[in-house]
Amino acid sequence: MMLIPPRFRRSPARSRLTQHVPRVAAAWSAVLFLLLAALVAPAGPAFSQAADPATRELVNALGKGSFSDTEKQIGRLAETGNPAVVMALEALSEGDLYVRKSDALVVIGKRAGGAYALTDPLTGENLGTQSGGALDKIRVNNRLRRTIRAALGGLTLRAADATTRRQAAEAIFKARDADAVPALDAAIAAETDTSVARLMREARAAAVLASDSPTEEKIAAIDTLAERGDRDALSLLTAVTNGAQAELHEAASAATARIQKLQAAWDTARNIWFGLSLGSVLLLAAIGLAITFGVMGVINMAHGEMVMLGAYTTFVIQNLFRTLAPEFFDYSLLVALPAAFLVAGLVGVGIERGIIRFLHNRPLETLLATWGVSLVLQQAVRSIFGPTNQEVGNPAFMSGAFEIGQLTITYNRLWILVFALVVFATLLIAMKFTRFGLNVRAVTQNRRMAASMGIRTPWVDALTFGLGSGIAGIAGVALSQIDNVSPNLGQSYIIDSFMVVVFGGVGNLWGTLLGAMTLGIANKFLEPFAGAVLAKILVLVFIILFIQKRPRGLFAQKGRAVES
Amino acid sequence: MKNHRSGSIAALALGALMASTAFTGAFAQEETIKVGILHSLSGTMAISETTLKDAMLMLIEEQNKKGGLLGKKLEAVVVDPASDWPLFAEKARELVQVNGVSAVFGCWTSVSRKSVLPVFEELNSLLFYPVQYEGEESQRNVFYTGAAPNQQAVPAVDYLMNEEGVERWVLAGTDYVYPRTTNKILEAYLKSKGVAEEDIMINYTPFGHSDWQTIVSDIKAFGSAGKKTAVVSTINGDANVPFYKELGNAGIKAEDIPVVAFSVGEEELAGLDTGPLVGHLAAWNYFQSVDTPANAEFISAWKAYIGDDKRVTNDPMEAHYIGFNMWVKAVEKAGSTDPDAVIDAIVGVSVPNLTGGYSAMMPNHHITKPVLIGEIQDDGQFETVWETSGLVVGDAWSDYLDGSKDLIADWRKPLSCGNFNTVTGKCGGSGS
Repeated sequence: MMLIPPRFRRSPARSRLTQHVPRVAAAWSAVLFLLLAALVAPAGPAFSQAADPATRELVNALGKGSFSDTEKQIGRLAETGNPAVVMALEALSEGDLYVRKSDALVVIGKRAGGAYALTDPLTGENLGTQSGGALDKIRVNNRLRRTIRAALGGLTLRAADATTRRQAAEAIFKARDADAVPALDAAIAAETDTSVARLMREARAAAVLASDSPTEEKIAAIDTLAERGDRDALSLLTAVTNGAQAELHEAASAATARIQKLQAAWDTARNIWFGLSLGSVLLLAAIGLAITFGVMGVINMAHGEMVMLGAYTTFVIQNLFRTLAPEFFDYSLLVALPAAFLVAGLVGVGIERGIIRFLHNRPLETLLATWGVSLVLQQAVRSIFGPTNQEVGNPAFMSGAFEIGQLTITYNRLWILVFALVVFATLLIAMKFTRFGLNVRAVTQNRRMAASMGIRTPWVDALTFGLGSGIAGIAGVALSQIDNVSPNLGQSYIIDSFMVVVFGGVGNLWGTLLGAMTLGIANKFLEPFAGAVLAKILVLVFIILFIQKRPRGLFAQKGRAVES
Repeated sequence: MKNHRSGSIAALALGALMASTAFTGAFAQEETIKVGILHSLSGTMAISETTLKDAMLMLIEEQNKKGGLLGKKLEAVVVDPASDWPLFAEKARELVQVNGVSAVFGCWTSVSRKSVLPVFEELNSLLFYPVQYEGEESQRNVFYTGAAPNQQAVPAVDYLMNEEGVERWVLAGTDYVYPRTTNKILEAYLKSKGVAEEDIMINYTPFGHSDWQTIVSDIKAFGSAGKKTAVVSTINGDANVPFYKELGNAGIKAEDIPVVAFSVGEEELAGLDTGPLVGHLAAWNYFQSVDTPANAEFISAWKAYIGDDKRVTNDPMEAHYIGFNMWVKAVEKAGSTDPDAVIDAIVGVSVPNLTGGYSAMMPNHHITKPVLIGEIQDDGQFETVWETSGLVVGDAWSDYLDGSKDLIADWRKPLSCGNFNTVTGKCGGSGS
């Protein structure tokens, strides 16, 4: 069986796109592709006949000359309207197109081990494998990729698959190609999917604005774009405002004003979302500290390193997945969570048993000792894994983004927010409703009383510290998805974590939640005005002032336990 | 008992001291020429600088295989300034005074370089600095083998302007001296090219900034003004990974808003899935992907030395390669390692670089280099999409800043001045 990329199998449907091509060529390519369609199932050597020599020559010419030569060549290929060139263009934009040195044939090459598996860019025929030395890569740059995207948009506007059509419409929208109007008109008339049809109308409006159509038509286009109301529309309309005749100028500036007003509202929504998202990261980083520092009162400077250990555990687990079971890679984080909890938790128990228990009620010594531990852990990781960043992959469900109205929400941030809340809720339940939680609270409130009630306080101390560290470890799993995994990872979170816990109120989990979210949102509302550097300073100043007024934070603990 | 204990503590401390200051191998029997390596092996900068330490050790080993220098073996003296700027000065002093090194190769951040400058001046020793930097400096004892702004930033902006038709600019950087000075030069340069004030957005972020949502969204908004927009990034080291991740997730493609970076090389991309970043740019004087015999040899030697087939090479490594070979050649020319003799001999020395040409040391202690613009590929490498037709001479004093455009540096006698003012005709116009 030959290797036929799936997108190639759809190509017969694309042959319907023959709008602004000379009739003869259209008929020719239609016949050709009916023929091709018949051949797809019983694939065989007959394929090589399918490439018509003129197109072949155009494709082969892609390999010659400079970037601008290639650009012209792409234009010529697009003009053929021949759907067969789609595969070649897609391969070119992905940088998979090569010139075979032996016969100057342009081929698609996919890296397979040390060599390249070659296929014919027009027919998909398998051409065997060849070493990299026998091939010359056809280089592409951003400008070429843009040209290709626009060309592909024109070619795939009437594909069978709605997603392909949507992409085509978006590509034309961005390309603003005045020549695309007739093709779009035909495509709109044939379109059945309403959302795709709307996109096509918007693309048409963009194309009309770029053309020399009459003013009324352009004003209608401006209205269509004003309805779209997002930044891309704004971008187009602003371009119109810069230097157009009076009527158009007026319509366009009215539309821009409307969009800008709308954008302002969305900006607020955006800031709130960014704030919640930053807050969730702060919450994750701080929640372990809320146990070790907040509940136990240990100033643990090595807290950040527990986060770092969690991130490195994720890296190790992902590497195991990559070598042992690459098909289950998406589940690697699920395995990494308990692993990171155990690794960081055990290290935490070790630190408590080895160092901290000898330093009870000596905060300054604890601070210095844990600071030392953090340096040791950092350098240990640096010695084992090297000082460079390690690559932690995003599983598929954490990549990309979706849009609510005009708010782009990235999946990784959304999952981290959900995850932070789940961790918080779990911890809250564990502290409130389990026997272990009861013991922890008893020990922290009155150690001697708890001991005389038969609670093994040293055990509870070790386990509590282990729990706090373990939670920092699973925070590391989440943070490895948005930050870089290097030995310095922990350092960037330690100050923020302390800030959140102190601000929220030492010893109160709800305070940590509220503190994290408040700081996150405050930061994000300040950032657009003050810039990232000043925003951070302002938040710090605010916390200092706040602590002056309320030394015990947002949710101060009350009662005799605190006074003593 | 007590005596014994304090004795062992002293021994331990001594051992630790020796380990931290020098692992020079066994005490060498024969006379050697010592070469100091001043790169952070711990702390935040270890991520970048450790590689350079290894590269230097490799170069020294190779030179010894070729028979050393002036009939003597070279001996590396490695110290760890631990990403602590004042410690750089202490360690530099230690290298020169205690270990008696003939030249030092080291530093990464500008602040570390500034911290050691007085030491090298006072003790009259040599420093080879391998990293691209903001310029506005030329010192008699320092050789700048990395790029000056006119060898990296300005050509990159030219490329975007001419090839991509960019009209609107976001200058985003980490908040410290290199990005601030570079952006000042770029802003002046862009304005001289007729870019309006409102088409330039300048943004600074703290070191290690990890929450890029607002800034990426701002860039998107700034880019929707109907003009082609690009980001010029002087974002430093670690902060790049979350920045690029956010860009990828927010769906900003290189075709829409390209980002050209001056601090992102092969090493930084190693920790990233570069799939969503294809097409974003970087400007350097060297890429690992450059196809020359010298580079192929260097890469295979590096991989063999480090024992890891996945390790990459990068621009500052090439700068050390050039700088080290220049020093070797200058010492051979002068017939001695005496700093004054080497300073006189090294100007005009020309050695092969890894991109298929020759780099020469100029009188202003900067070198000539080709400028390459590369696009990120999905395998974490760069592909050169544009390069200067010839070599570019490093310019110590920018032509676009008011305070520095009249200044030149020429360390040849009789001028011997790092900041000669061509208008007043005096040495010491401004700056250092």
